[in-house]
Amino acid sequence: MSIATGQVQGVGQSLLRPDGTLKVTGEFAYSSDLWLDGMLWGATLRSPHPSAWIRSIDVGPALAMPGVFAVLTHQDVPGVKFYGLEHKDQPVLAIDQVRYQGEPVALVAADHPETARRAADAIVVGYELREAVTDPRQAAFDPACPQVNPHGNVVRHQPVRVGDRFTADVVVTAEYEVGMQDQAFLGPESGLAVPAEDGGVDLYVATQWLHVDQDQVAPCLGLPKEKVRLTLAGVGGAFGAREDLSMQIHASMLALRTGKPIKIVYGREESFFGHVHRHPAWMRYEHGATADGMLVYVRAEIVLDGGAYTSSSPAVVGNAASLGVGPYEVDNVWIDAYGTYTNNPPCGAMRGFGAVQACFAYESQMDRLAEACGLSPVEIRIRNAVSQGSRLATGQVVDTPAPLAGMLRELAAMPLPGPGSTDLRALPGGVAQTTHGEGVRRGIGYGVGIKNICFSEGFDDYSTARVRVELLGGEPHVLVHTAAAEVGQGLIMVKSQIARTELGIDRVTIVPADTTVGSAGSSSASRQSYVTGGAVKAACEAVRERLDKLRAGGASLAEVLAAGPVEETREYRHRPTFPMDPVTGQGDSHTQLALCVHRAVVDVDVELGLVKVVELAAVQDVGRIMNPLALEGQIHGGTAQGLGLALMEEIQVRDGKVLNPSFTDYLIPTILDMPPMRLSILENPDPHAPYGLRGAGEPPTLSSTPAIAAAVRNATGLALARVPIRPDDIALAGSALAG
Amino acid sequence: MDFLRPTTWADALAAKAERPEATPIQGGTDVMVEINLDKGRPAALLDLNPVAELRDWSSEDGWLRIGAGVSYTRLIDELGDRLPGLAQASRTVGSPQIRNRGTVAGNLGAASPAGDSHPPLLASDALVEAESVRGSRLIPIGEFYLGVKRNALEPDELIRAVRVPYADGPQYFSKIGTRNAMVIAVCSFAVALHPSRRGVGTGIGSAAPTPRRAPEAEEFLAGELDWDGRTAVPDETARRFGELVARAASPIDDVRGTRDYRVHALAVMARRTLGWAWTEYRGI
Ligand SMILES: Cc1cc2nc3c(=O)[nH]c(=O)nc-3n(C[C@H](O)[C@H](O)[C@H](O)COP(=O)(O)OP(=O)(O)OC[C@H]3O[C@@H](n4cnc5c(N)ncnc54)[C@H](O)[C@@H]3O)c2cc1C
Repeated sequence: MSIATGQVQGVGQSLLRPDGTLKVTGEFAYSSDLWLDGMLWGATLRSPHPSAWIRSIDVGPALAMPGVFAVLTHQDVPGVKFYGLEHKDQPVLAIDQVRYQGEPVALVAADHPETARRAADAIVVGYELREAVTDPRQAAFDPACPQVNPHGNVVRHQPVRVGDRFTADVVVTAEYEVGMQDQAFLGPESGLAVPAEDGGVDLYVATQWLHVDQDQVAPCLGLPKEKVRLTLAGVGGAFGAREDLSMQIHASMLALRTGKPIKIVYGREESFFGHVHRHPAWMRYEHGATADGMLVYVRAEIVLDGGAYTSSSPAVVGNAASLGVGPYEVDNVWIDAYGTYTNNPPCGAMRGFGAVQACFAYESQMDRLAEACGLSPVEIRIRNAVSQGSRLATGQVVDTPAPLAGMLRELAAMPLPGPGSTDLRALPGGVAQTTHGEGVRRGIGYGVGIKNICFSEGFDDYSTARVRVELLGGEPHVLVHTAAAEVGQGLIMVKSQIARTELGIDRVTIVPADTTVGSAGSSSASRQSYVTGGAVKAACEAVRERLDKLRAGGASLAEVLAAGPVEETREYRHRPTFPMDPVTGQGDSHTQLALCVHRAVVDVDVELGLVKVVELAAVQDVGRIMNPLALEGQIHGGTAQGLGLALMEEIQVRDGKVLNPSFTDYLIPTILDMPPMRLSILENPDPHAPYGLRGAGEPPTLSSTPAIAAAVRNATGLALARVPIRPDDIALAGSALAG
Repeated sequence: MDFLRPTTWADALAAKAERPEATPIQGGTDVMVEINLDKGRPAALLDLNPVAELRDWSSEDGWLRIGAGVSYTRLIDELGDRLPGLAQASRTVGSPQIRNRGTVAGNLGAASPAGDSHPPLLASDALVEAESVRGSRLIPIGEFYLGVKRNALEPDELIRAVRVPYADGPQYFSKIGTRNAMVIAVCSFAVALHPSRRGVGTGIGSAAPTPRRAPEAEEFLAGELDWDGRTAVPDETARRFGELVARAASPIDDVRGTRDYRVHALAVMARRTLGWAWTEYRGI
């Protein structure tokens, strides 16, 4: 898309995104809007059971239906039959057994979406049910537990061992639980696979990383990579849920089989089964401190349920382990973080992964410790806060600014909101009118989070950018081409701003992302402004250098470009990271760390257990503000997602089955749930990063959850060791509170 | 699937008589969701939107006759002053978009135990005006709900209108949801004071297979209230009223909430709504 601009629209400016108005008015073309004449519709038959043997599959009744062009099972997978982000352990289509409810078993292509769905229903699968493994702790620790995965039920066990002093004057111990959150993006999994004349396939799809899709799709189709070409289609949100494949291989298989374009669009319910979720967690923490609140040691056991397949569980475990004590200085650490295989829904990437779960536990612990030591929640955090030069639990030294104590002081000094209004919309329960003020108590809570930015633990993490300057209609014009996925975060703006700033040319076109340019890496881990931003900057600098040489004789830009375009491609890598030691957890595993702190003010109806978040205030250090408007949007959105986890968002699973796969019963915050925010954004540059910027999308998601939970505890006096906090947890906790 | 589009009420009744299996559609905010979720495919849809007379409301002898096509938004705007309980309930239905399309008649047609209009209709003794080619009848609201998503309409009948008496005293509606807007009731409660006959009306939602009243609570409270002196309701009376309301319910554990919570919350809502209603009645 082309962005006509004034010269001023460079780095640091607030720019409206070109897709914003289109999205608000319903005109944006999402991947689910793709259409080609003559295309067929694909549908997926999924397992209704969390664990079963498949004894037979009869596709005959489906094939017999008019309008059906193909019905495929695992036997029809042309190449490798497994795929996966870290381990290729997930079957393209179930082979002899299913390991979770919703696992794809067969595919149908038909000339109408409803015919495809009916035909899928007509396939007869003979299941032989077996007991589902659904308790992750049993899966991990009980040797008698059936094995879900051929490699055992533990995906990864990552210990962290530092120091040997595990006694202290003040000790607080508790168990915490985090429910299974969903990314709940609005645009369901969808895309279009078009068979090509060379026997390959062109795939238009909403994803977070085109090249890792290509790497996984091609072998399963039995095709060389260059014959599987991907183009990014309009993405309706991602939050990690599009890191794993969904319909990519399936649509391609159907396209190759039928010779026709295949469109697949999941419905809302299918979407809940079509992507991984946030790992639910069970955490046992013990904090020891001196009487004046200085941390002596932290012990923790963290169990993260990854469900049936590996997905990104290993990295999630790595984050939970390496960041398991939070941004605090502690000399003695004993952490065991586990990821498990069970027959529960597969879990993988979601905004802040691994760090979010641990943050809820360690922040809850800091509040307990504050109480035990007679300190305020802010004071205990300041006393233990990391700063530049501090050593993390992994031994990694924080070598860039980390002004946590100052951030906390600034947050605590922000004015507090006034007393609650009597407008129903401002009260717990909202217009549903559950109170006119009866039972309502105010609470205040704080939360602090630390998140690694970019990929960690030795991953070769890079991005590629191709930048070309040419004359269009006599005017100099910049084309920026990367494969980086715009998933709603505003990367297209950042790329165009960087190009303008580096080249001093107003007219910038962002070329659609596809696999004809090198990999950009994933739109995850808050990394694209850093890594793809770095690549665009490097490519612009290379172009500028050539232009400067060409103009050395005094020629104008237009004169130079009249001879032809100037183009450069650059790869950009951040500082290398290193694996964690498998026994001690030591190692410089992260390249950049980001901090965010939240204060939550809530009104709780203590009798009914309903919560109104009155205000959320945050201080975040982003190193360098690239686009203030987009940045504030990220902090608001991340905070809202953390609010959802604190108060309402949970995929309820019983016996391996999802009970609420719909937006009727999987609740996400509305505008009446998300309060206005007070923000302070700091710019302490990271000298290693382009422009000194720090990734910003994830950190607010960490700290808002514990801040809200702490505020609810403050209002109710209850321990509340589990999120989301349910009305029952408050209302039925004891009649002593009734007011 | 056939799509029937009568333009007059008479034609609509004739169509329903001829195709009793046809599913009426008004706002479509339930019907379209069911179709999208693929929960059964109706043989035919009977679109009532072109029937102009359904979009009218009228008033007669202290009763409002609300046509089956009157949206929640219009009900709130145009009738809210006369039907405060129903208007409060309507305000909690879905989002503005849903309130622009959805109707009380559709809520009755769906007869979900969680439907928000049911408790205030029960508390104010509404009547459902059902009609077929065989004639018209008025079904007392208490006899309308037969089971989970089942109502007393005959296969050839359509809802013409809902008849609700003008509020003759304070009315309040209260609904629990796990977020502050756009939420299906975990449980809900409506109270209506009827000073003219010294009576109390109640309605409980989402806490039994059907919406229902709490007759014992109504009777108890009607006898306890100081209708003439308008003195404050003793705490003990309010608490007892809450208990009796909770006892009238028979909730279950489900994905939206637990049985115990619903019982507890109903008692709290009953006590609070009574407090608001009585304060209003006392004029303070
Ligand atoms: C996002 C969303 C949020 C919602 N939130 C709420 C909520 O908070 N509270 C709540 O109570 N409901 C809620 N609903 C459900 C729905 O909006 C209500 O039940 C509404 O009252 C239905 O009215 P309608 O006119 O759209 O009905 P329709 O969908 O047109 O019909 C509903 C049923 O009534 C029948 N019907 C319609 N008209 C007649 C007639 N004249 N005679 C006989 N039968 C008839 C239909 O056949 C069908 O069975 C929500 C729905 C959605 C999609």
